[in-house]
Amino acid sequence: MSERIELDITLPKETRYLGLVGQIGESMARSLDRFTGDREELAYHINLVLTEAMANAIQHAKEPTSTEVRITITLIRHKLTIKVYDQGQGFDLCTLAPPDTACLEEHGRGIFIIRTIMDRVIYRKLKDGHVLEMEKTLH
Amino acid sequence: MNIQVNEQGNIVLISVAEERLDAHNSTDLKTRLLSLFEDGKNNMVINLEGVRFVDSSGLGALVSGFKNASARNGSLKLAGLQPQVQSMFELTRLHRVFEIFPNTEDALASFHP
Repeated sequence: MSERIELDITLPKETRYLGLVGQIGESMARSLDRFTGDREELAYHINLVLTEAMANAIQHAKEPTSTEVRITITLIRHKLTIKVYDQGQGFDLCTLAPPDTACLEEHGRGIFIIRTIMDRVIYRKLKDGHVLEMEKTLH
Repeated sequence: MNIQVNEQGNIVLISVAEERLDAHNSTDLKTRLLSLFEDGKNNMVINLEGVRFVDSSGLGALVSGFKNASARNGSLKLAGLQPQVQSMFELTRLHRVFEIFPNTEDALASFHP
């Protein structure tokens, strides 16, 4: 896989755009020329990771001045990197435990899902907010 | 959100006619289910045949309904999951929690063994 794809998307901070960003991810997955794995699964997973990460950014970006969410999707050789920027107060990735199925929590599965699908997940502070960085090697 | 509700005896069949069940519309489903519980409807089948994509919020709305039905001695069962939606239940281990049927006929029949 030798393609190089770089997408830089800025969307209003509204959940009605989740479908759009998910669709962009699905279309990108289906367009990959040399990916040998399950393409439909990859398309769903990229849609899911983008949806979860953007919903997370909307939830945490409660700063009234921030009205947009920025997402970058980069594929260089085999490495897919998705970055979602928010201007909120942030959260501690380390304190988020996987959901306890016995307790049947209604919330808290988003980051668990992202961590299950992606190889590497980092959340770090920037000068004016935070970025959730997610990487996955595609074969 | 586009939801069709049909009462079949003491069971309510809820068909979600949306391609995506996500953070944008899952609250609508949760609210709709809550109003059915308030009306005393505690046995439900949710038909997800038309849903192609579900995220953690969508799962959360279904978990909310499941818990409410169980607390009222009823049950909430699922039917018609698309393969990728089924895989979401497996990823989050919720397939061990919900009773999942291939179609609504089987799900409705399971209330009258």
